[in-house]
Amino acid sequence: MNTNYFVNLLIILISAAFINNVILSQFLGICPFLGISNKIKSAVGMGFAVIFVITTASILCSLIFQYILSPMELGYLQTIVFIIVIAALVQFVEMVVKKVSPPLYDALGVYLPLITTNCAVLGVALLNVEKGFDLVESIVNGFASALGFTISIILMAGIRERMEHNNIPKTLKGFPITLITATLMAMAFYGFAGLV
Amino acid sequence: MNKYIERLTNGLFKENPTFVLMLGMCPTLAVTISAWNGVGMGLSTTVVLVASNVIIAALRKFIPNTVRMPYFIVVVASMVTIVQLLLQAYFPSVNEALGIYIPLIVVNCIIFGRVEAYAAKNKVGLSLFDGIGMGLGFTIALILIGSFREVLGAGTIFGFRVMPESFEPITMFVKPPGAFLVLAMLTALQNKFKLPSATNGSAKTSALACGGDCANCSGETYSANHEKINSENTKRKED
Repeated sequence: MNTNYFVNLLIILISAAFINNVILSQFLGICPFLGISNKIKSAVGMGFAVIFVITTASILCSLIFQYILSPMELGYLQTIVFIIVIAALVQFVEMVVKKVSPPLYDALGVYLPLITTNCAVLGVALLNVEKGFDLVESIVNGFASALGFTISIILMAGIRERMEHNNIPKTLKGFPITLITATLMAMAFYGFAGLV
Repeated sequence: MNKYIERLTNGLFKENPTFVLMLGMCPTLAVTISAWNGVGMGLSTTVVLVASNVIIAALRKFIPNTVRMPYFIVVVASMVTIVQLLLQAYFPSVNEALGIYIPLIVVNCIIFGRVEAYAAKNKVGLSLFDGIGMGLGFTIALILIGSFREVLGAGTIFGFRVMPESFEPITMFVKPPGAFLVLAMLTALQNKFKLPSATNGSAKTSALACGGDCANCSGETYSANHEKINSENTKRKED
């Protein structure tokens, strides 16, 4: 636990949230990014649900891989185990939140089942293993990736709310203009590449 | 026999998963930096889709309806693992190039969409051809998009130089922003020429588990989502 360790965590944080942004450079979780990004309010709800689920899933998957799969040399089962853990986790979280905190359930509830098999959740869990992160690094990477997701979906929602009042050519209405916006955002985020 | 050929053309043209149904956008955007990548990803997905379709169709009478999702997940994830191990053993370069997107085939909307919408309700033979049709439709779409990006971004197709030496490659097309731009152009053309596509709401939606409403979809649990979103919308209208 020296300074180098914390510098390393900071680098993981910045590179996961900005440089290797899950949506704009890794293309994980495109469906919710395009689907839920028409209102800031729902984008924020989705963002926080994703932060919560990805961070929890990172902890669980990292623990399972390090203490069960890896010692028993069952690494090849990771895809099957992770997807089942994530699906079960989301169901469980939904039940707990519904029971414990109804206001929170009203805010996040509808988004929870939507992210059961969101590719970002499984993707981050697999990346943690691929990059050989330990538990703390996995948590930081999971949290930062989800933060990157939230940042880009909220930015996108803000832009789309503004665009609603603009005069967009008929051909580009709907999907195309959203994707062009995503193109410009991806270019902007590409500028972070030299940061670390 | 006609029914089987109809399944093939359905996947290749009428309900092409990429161009018409707009499913599986994550791998479509992520791996299409070259034509070869498109081949690798497309064929891997085809194998997983065909195998899962056949197994689910064979087991469809034994799987209780209420817990079908976990069954589907386990079958699909097992097929993906098998494909991943085969790639590691026989095509390590493909495995290297596609990396994390191979295990992510598990959450590809096309697989669950077809398993849920078709294989869970139809006979083994038909499901087999449905998987082949859909898989090849996806593969061809990925090769087309991959070639387009490779030509503009590197001046080559399948690694062969097709553009003159004086052509300055537009590197952006093989970088992440280029993926979004190519898809934006594609959907804009579909709007312009009023081609059937889920993105402008003109695709045939009845056969789709999710209702084909991609613009408002936000996850991959298809029918459940569709019902949820519909009831949300009606609730909002009542308010």
